[in-house]
Amino acid sequence: MEKINSDLSRRRLLFGGAAVGAGALLTACTSNEAAPTPAQTKDSGNAEGNAAPGQKVVIGFSAPAADHGWIAAITNNAKAQAQAYSDVEFKSVEAGADAAAQRAALSTLIGQKPTVIVLLPHDGKELNSFGLEAMGAGIPVVNLDRAFPDARAYRTLIKGDNYGMGVAAADYIITQMKVKGITAPIIGEIAGMDELELTQERSKGFTDTLTAAGFKVANRRAARFTVDSGQQEAAQLLQALPKMDALWNHDDDQGVGVLAAINQAGRSEFIMVGGAGSKQAIETIQADNTVLKATVTYSPSMASSAISLARLIGQNKGMSDLVELQVPKNIVLASETITKGNASSYIKLGF
Amino acid sequence: MARNLVLVGVLVALIVIGAITQPQLYSDSTWVWNNMVSILQLASVVGVVTVGMTFVIIGGGIDLSVGAIVALAGVWCTTLATQSYGTVGMIFTAIVVGVSVGLINGVLISYGRLVPFIATLAMLVSARGLAAAISGKQTQISANTVINSLASDRVLGVPLLVYILAVVAVAGWVLLNRTTFGRRTVAVGGNPEAARLAGIDVKRHTMLLYALSGLCCGIAAIMLTSQATSAQAAMGNLYELDAIAAAIIGGTLLSGGRGTIVGSILGVLIFATITNLFAINGLSTEAQNMVKGGIIVAAVLVQQFRFKSVTQFFDRQRATTAS
Repeated sequence: MEKINSDLSRRRLLFGGAAVGAGALLTACTSNEAAPTPAQTKDSGNAEGNAAPGQKVVIGFSAPAADHGWIAAITNNAKAQAQAYSDVEFKSVEAGADAAAQRAALSTLIGQKPTVIVLLPHDGKELNSFGLEAMGAGIPVVNLDRAFPDARAYRTLIKGDNYGMGVAAADYIITQMKVKGITAPIIGEIAGMDELELTQERSKGFTDTLTAAGFKVANRRAARFTVDSGQQEAAQLLQALPKMDALWNHDDDQGVGVLAAINQAGRSEFIMVGGAGSKQAIETIQADNTVLKATVTYSPSMASSAISLARLIGQNKGMSDLVELQVPKNIVLASETITKGNASSYIKLGF
Repeated sequence: MARNLVLVGVLVALIVIGAITQPQLYSDSTWVWNNMVSILQLASVVGVVTVGMTFVIIGGGIDLSVGAIVALAGVWCTTLATQSYGTVGMIFTAIVVGVSVGLINGVLISYGRLVPFIATLAMLVSARGLAAAISGKQTQISANTVINSLASDRVLGVPLLVYILAVVAVAGWVLLNRTTFGRRTVAVGGNPEAARLAGIDVKRHTMLLYALSGLCCGIAAIMLTSQATSAQAAMGNLYELDAIAAAIIGGTLLSGGRGTIVGSILGVLIFATITNLFAINGLSTEAQNMVKGGIIVAAVLVQQFRFKSVTQFFDRQRATTAS
């Protein structure tokens, strides 16, 4: 009896092994290659002036490895832009799961003595001391998107305008409500991760602008920048507001879930504004067959710009269109509003 | 039984609180119906995961990797290559991935003698890593209308997803209460040594429990993909905690050997109703999470108290008969 049992379990184990093996084989066939996004980079081509090949620059790069389309686009863009320059050598280090892991990875990078470091930190506050250390060692740091609190920790900061996103979304909603003649609109908001400063800034810009126009947010739910959390929070928000006039969703990635929830609830009496400017969202706006009528930008193309700036800093050049001899200290992108009217010119920036 | 009645009472109380705080919304019967459906839909995906988790916990284990398995199975079944095989191909892929990962957990725990906590913790990390690698960290849109319609199509006013939960829950109940497999699960979780002496192949049974949990995750992955019309490596985040908490609130003993499917489903419904209650009142998610934490602690305290008072009762009985 004992013998038969052990034979059986061995056979089952083999079956299990075979299933796992088949799974592994499947991975090889089904993995999705991330497509390069040459549209979000600036071709150095055969241009003159700043784009002309110059002194060789080694750029060290680090960004969090989050499972998010926007962060993935950041890394892809930086790589693609570096490849567009013949005089740039690109050294990327994995950032790991948190600020401590990113710090450890970055210290190995300092050892390789890059000319400039481009860094999108997990959290600017947590990596401020690294910025100071690198700058102290004579390596200029280009701080990407999440700002270091200490101005001495970076040579140049380039970031998106989170507060401005909220302002732009509110402005669009206010205009549309005036067009429709709605004086006391019911407005909903699906925010991103509430513990991040950027989410709080976005919400502040939104409420400040609405308040100035005499409007207010009727209900706000915070999702987690993921599609399923977006769906879940939106489904509950729609229950809370049986009639709504406008909805702002902070992030187009989670917006896929928000739109799914709206579709599942069979609702269409309101307009929706997105955030960040994903390709999917811009295409939906162009098709104009859902409630999504606009999105406000927070483009990952800033990573491509950061590489260009890092190269100029490394070559000790300024931005040729400006009178200044050196690259400026701070650059904050403007948050633009993409609607059906201008979608065609923004689609190439979609990620 | 009495415990489940208490849970039903809690559920009714939560709905009454909703009706008191938002009388305007609750005055509209169409809205009330839609809201019930919305709560059931919110509970459906976690509910399926919880059924598998209940079996694992009754069998004396724990599965921390369920959320990651849901993400991996979801991402895998929405890869472009898999989508081109159509609905059956996608469903098959999700199920095969779920069961395979569950089997790996089971083999590591049963035959590799790893502690369940460690084995499934390792799987939590690596399955999400693989999911991120397969998806290229991008949101993968599902173009399959059949799968997408599971969340939006309704039969008798109820979305198909809710029926899937019902089928899985009934199947789980039958498996636990009416089959040898169910009796063995309780025996293995209650006292593995006694179960072994009674002729149960404890290792094989434990392995199958994790495969069963993986199967539930595969089904949940299809449901979640349908709900979000896409899959992403970050989806199913913290489902392990929701499922464990729901099972415990439902009366499943964390040390194994005791638990019911009905209790677990009631646990999931209570969580979904709390989420809904906070949403319709416009309260923040932080407050909601704090309340959820409080409820978990209260449930375990009640459980311990009841257990202690019952044993004390029997001790007293024994003492009186002896004298």
